Amino acid sequence: MELAVITATLAAHTGAVLRAEPAAAAGAKEGPREAALRVDADSWPDVAQALRHDPALAFDFLVNLTAVDWAKRDEIEVVYHLWSYVHRHAVVIKVTLPRQAPRIASVASIWHAADWNEREQFDLLGVEFVGHPDLRRLLMPEDWPGHPMRKDYVEAASYRGMPTTRPNPLELLAQHDRAHAAPTKEGE
Amino acid sequence: MSEVILASPHGEEMTLSMGPQHPSTHGVIRFIIHTDGEVMREAVPDVGYLHRSIEHIAEKCTYEGFMPYTDRVDYVCAMTANHAWALAVEKLGGLPVPERAEFLRVISDELNRISSHCVALGATAMDVGAITPFPYILREREYVNELLEELCGARLTYNYHRIGGVGWDMPAGWRDKVLRFCDHFLPVVDEFEQLVARNQIFIERTRNLAVITADEAKSWGLVGPNLRASGVDFDVRRDLPYSIYPRLQFAVPVGRGELGTVGDCWDRYVVRIGEWRESVRIVRQCLDLILATDKTFLIPPKKLRPTGDAMARIEAARGDMSCYVVGDGGPNAYRARFRTGSFNAMGIIREKSRGLMIADLIALIASLDIVAPEIDR
Repeated sequence: MELAVITATLAAHTGAVLRAEPAAAAGAKEGPREAALRVDADSWPDVAQALRHDPALAFDFLVNLTAVDWAKRDEIEVVYHLWSYVHRHAVVIKVTLPRQAPRIASVASIWHAADWNEREQFDLLGVEFVGHPDLRRLLMPEDWPGHPMRKDYVEAASYRGMPTTRPNPLELLAQHDRAHAAPTKEGE
Repeated sequence: MSEVILASPHGEEMTLSMGPQHPSTHGVIRFIIHTDGEVMREAVPDVGYLHRSIEHIAEKCTYEGFMPYTDRVDYVCAMTANHAWALAVEKLGGLPVPERAEFLRVISDELNRISSHCVALGATAMDVGAITPFPYILREREYVNELLEELCGARLTYNYHRIGGVGWDMPAGWRDKVLRFCDHFLPVVDEFEQLVARNQIFIERTRNLAVITADEAKSWGLVGPNLRASGVDFDVRRDLPYSIYPRLQFAVPVGRGELGTVGDCWDRYVVRIGEWRESVRIVRQCLDLILATDKTFLIPPKKLRPTGDAMARIEAARGDMSCYVVGDGGPNAYRARFRTGSFNAMGIIREKSRGLMIADLIALIASLDIVAPEIDR
């Protein structure tokens, strides 16, 4: 199904403000390779429901969920790739959130696959998925400070008393060699 | 034993920790099991022990330089992760790939799928109590490893695919060796199916166990053989074709509930056996068609500085692997994400574990073909 048709179907059902972004022309040097639909965070829950349950759309597989930290623009973009096994069509949804407090409705109740995907993006980029049944860190330890995939993330020097960096073994070896070098006798 | 009793707060119910170093958790995964005797109330997966932040490494090295790291996404089937990255970056940069490279990619992918399924099917048999098939089928995997070693110098982490092609052409005499392997392997598949999948003890152990319906499979995002075992006829190679798959003839095995219910552990097992045969078929066709291609196997990109975003979906051994890559005009990816088959398959385990026996949890994990590094990346 064409993106324009998907946009029209969604607009008719939800009244959401949608903006279709066409893909860059074939052979172009810049721009997205796939057409995407921009949705604002407030209408996302309605749009997601329509995407899943409208029989003409029927997107029943959440292929991928990625959060991208656009630090310079002070934004976090959440990208949903959806696929319909019924109609064999795909759509890309992009939602832009403020970087300071990125909050968006969870879709874990619509697509179960979102459960772990949202947990991972919460863990690594600090996006809060409101209404998620179990929004805990997935990959990092639960008491880990910060979100490591943020562009301005600086790792703490130690975690629970364990240093997070190690000295360069080659430098240690060189130090050792210098300390234990045979003393040279002056004047010989 | 690594099952340590943590607490027993509600009388009969116990909380156990299975793993992270448990022989049948297929890598370093931990399950927190709430159990009443042998029957589980719930098994909660705890992952992250193998988290190397491969996606973060992608932001720190060039598009070309990231290729060896993709091997580590799934070290049991590294070739397809290579392919996913190459495909995503080529799409992003609008890069051409020589025809010969496409054939070599597909041949290497399919050989790797065969060896990956050797591990999956051998280990599943072992996890449900049949130790013997595992070393026998690992011998077959060894033959594939040797073929791939001759192709690219590595037995596990291949780093064979490149942005714009593959690293090396096939060496002299390699084509015949692969053909000989195909001739040898098909009877082994038949024998393996008779010995294991059609073995009455194995059937009783796996049929009607942990049934996943088609709707559940789609919603939880199961992919590849796990999805097809639930009766969903979908294969990325056929339905979202990439590379030279549209020119090849192959069938897509789908679970039919032949001995139990559609989507049970037995279906997941036998679907993979079917894929062995189809992979051999694909390899043979490619080895025929590759003779007509010219010798170019790599068109290295000049000054790769793409802007925009692109998504590649490929059929890895553990199913639809999607690689999303964002470029900002620099030499490195701005953001990369791999969504893998095992990652989604882990999500469903908590749901499916309710009411299972502890020993059946092992059968469930094995039948889903979970590979721990693929979950954590």
